[in-house]
Amino acid sequence: MFWRVSIGIAAAQLSYRRRQTIVSTLGVALGVGFFVATSALMSGSEQDMVRRLLDNAPHITIKDEFRAAAPQPVFMAFPEGAVTLSSTKPREYLRGIKNHGAKVEELSQQPGVIAEAALMGQAIVRYASKDASAGIAGIDPEKERFLTTIEDNMREGSLMRLKTSSQGMVIGRGMATRLGLGMDDLATVVSPTGLVRRMKVVGIFRTGNLLLDEGQAYMLIKDAQVLLDKPFIANRIRIKIADPDIAEDIAAQLEARWGYRTESWQEVNRDFLGLFVIRNVITYSIVGAIMAVASFGIFNIISTIVMEKRRDIAILMSMGFRAADIQWIFLVQGVFVGLIGMVLGWGIGLVLLQMLGSVEINVPGLMDTQRLPLAIGFFQFGIGGLFAVSSAVAAAWFPARKAAQVRPVDIIRGAT
Amino acid sequence: MNATAGEVPVIELRGVTRILQEAVPVTLVRDIDLSIRRGEFVSVTGPSGSGKSSLLYLLGLLDLPTKGHVFIDGEDTSGYSVDKLAEVRLAKLGFVFQFHFLLPEFTVLHNVTLPMQRLGRLDDDEIHARGMALLKDFEIDDQAKKRPDQLSGGQRQRVAVARALANDPAVILADEPTGNLDMRNSEIVQGIFADLAAKQGRTVIAVTHDKDFADAAPRNVHLVDGRIDSDTRR
Repeated sequence: MFWRVSIGIAAAQLSYRRRQTIVSTLGVALGVGFFVATSALMSGSEQDMVRRLLDNAPHITIKDEFRAAAPQPVFMAFPEGAVTLSSTKPREYLRGIKNHGAKVEELSQQPGVIAEAALMGQAIVRYASKDASAGIAGIDPEKERFLTTIEDNMREGSLMRLKTSSQGMVIGRGMATRLGLGMDDLATVVSPTGLVRRMKVVGIFRTGNLLLDEGQAYMLIKDAQVLLDKPFIANRIRIKIADPDIAEDIAAQLEARWGYRTESWQEVNRDFLGLFVIRNVITYSIVGAIMAVASFGIFNIISTIVMEKRRDIAILMSMGFRAADIQWIFLVQGVFVGLIGMVLGWGIGLVLLQMLGSVEINVPGLMDTQRLPLAIGFFQFGIGGLFAVSSAVAAAWFPARKAAQVRPVDIIRGAT
Repeated sequence: MNATAGEVPVIELRGVTRILQEAVPVTLVRDIDLSIRRGEFVSVTGPSGSGKSSLLYLLGLLDLPTKGHVFIDGEDTSGYSVDKLAEVRLAKLGFVFQFHFLLPEFTVLHNVTLPMQRLGRLDDDEIHARGMALLKDFEIDDQAKKRPDQLSGGQRQRVAVARALANDPAVILADEPTGNLDMRNSEIVQGIFADLAAKQGRTVIAVTHDKDFADAAPRNVHLVDGRIDSDTRR
């Protein structure tokens, strides 16, 4: 019952000071609006970035390497012994992943998993007396389609033509331009071991990533095995899984089981992911600053009301209102300003998002027009609202406590 | 006076002294013993600075004595918490001050119903009906929807009296209720206070400068320098 009385008095006092109330409410609303917009932009670009990372590369890559050099047998034989060995050389082992066929087979049986054995290496592509060094990726086109976005970025030809033409390869637009290569031209490919083969360009892609566009050539894994003189060998197993978020755990399991260095996309892109944390900290501190300014506004209006209303507070107390009732009256005013600011701020945020969403960006060198990546979710609206209401309550707290400390007799004695 | 000798006084002060702890301590009232029975109409007079208002605040539990005890309905209020004191004020006491102290944001009717809403003993309809009835008693029910600043001084003071009566208190404490009014309005308000005591059987304690008002009360307490100089009944 008395709740309603406090709320009624709070509402009446705020609406009596309409202009001040509107100004401080707008302060909160702008804070919430900008938070919603910036955080949608921030997490949108984060998601966009992560999506690119995920699409352009496998989630997990098993390499034919080990994280640590194998321990020397003498250390294993005498773990407690005072043994020193100097000038040891790691044991040479046959490069390549053992039994990759069986491993790929086993991985592919898991639901949602695509696994591909690949052979990576280096070679030189030569055409019309010009050279370009190229990373060679021996792949399986059927699976590569799902592992990376190369197929989507084909400008001429297709990845699938590797299967139908003999000695075919797919190169990037950058390399093609540098060497003057066109579709169906025959280029010479020279391997580090000196093998020379003539291969036909059956596709040209363009990803926008210079490293790939200028320095990567795709071919069938069996062609790569011949070229690099590594028959039946694969040195990568590339895996895509249904839920990329658990890639790190799965990679650790696979590494523990097979011993080969197994990298998840998170491990490879650790620096990027760290960057996102920093960006989020920046966003939240800016919004925190806006909210702090807004709460000074609220503090101001409620302090003013408390100062002006000392007589009314005194009379309410003499009537029998308790100190706590008085404190509620002013806290409720803060909550009102916060809540109204929150709702208005959501509106402002939606308008800002509309505007941001209609911005078109033309990146030179990219053909299709880009739009700002926006991730609009309840989360931002919720956090923004929480920010607004809590800063409003915090701002109202101090004047409200001051109001509750008024001693009615001091005011009334002074007034008469 | 229909009170019997054995009846518990509605308010009683025993040895009450109030000293303001300023740089130089100021004694507002000293060694006051005063007993007021149910239904009495008491006027408190005295020169400026004699402690009339201070005495009223002590009687009304707005101020606490530095020494001595205040009894309400025979109960010592010395140990009461601030909240408990507020509760007693809400249910048992009604104040009227020299200035009307109405809340400017609220209508006349809402000003009168606020104490009832705080007490929460009646439902909304009953509160509304009682508010209107109180305004009607003072012939200002036609002003119910107006705001206080649209009323004349006399009307405002009548609203303040109606508000003091909202929770049907046993005691009405008034501090110069006619101090700010012209002759005609003074007489009206004076009449209202006389009726509250005589017809409704409420205890009325009024501080006043107005000799007519003081004379209209059957009992007069005269203060000089914070002490009771005379306590006369007629």
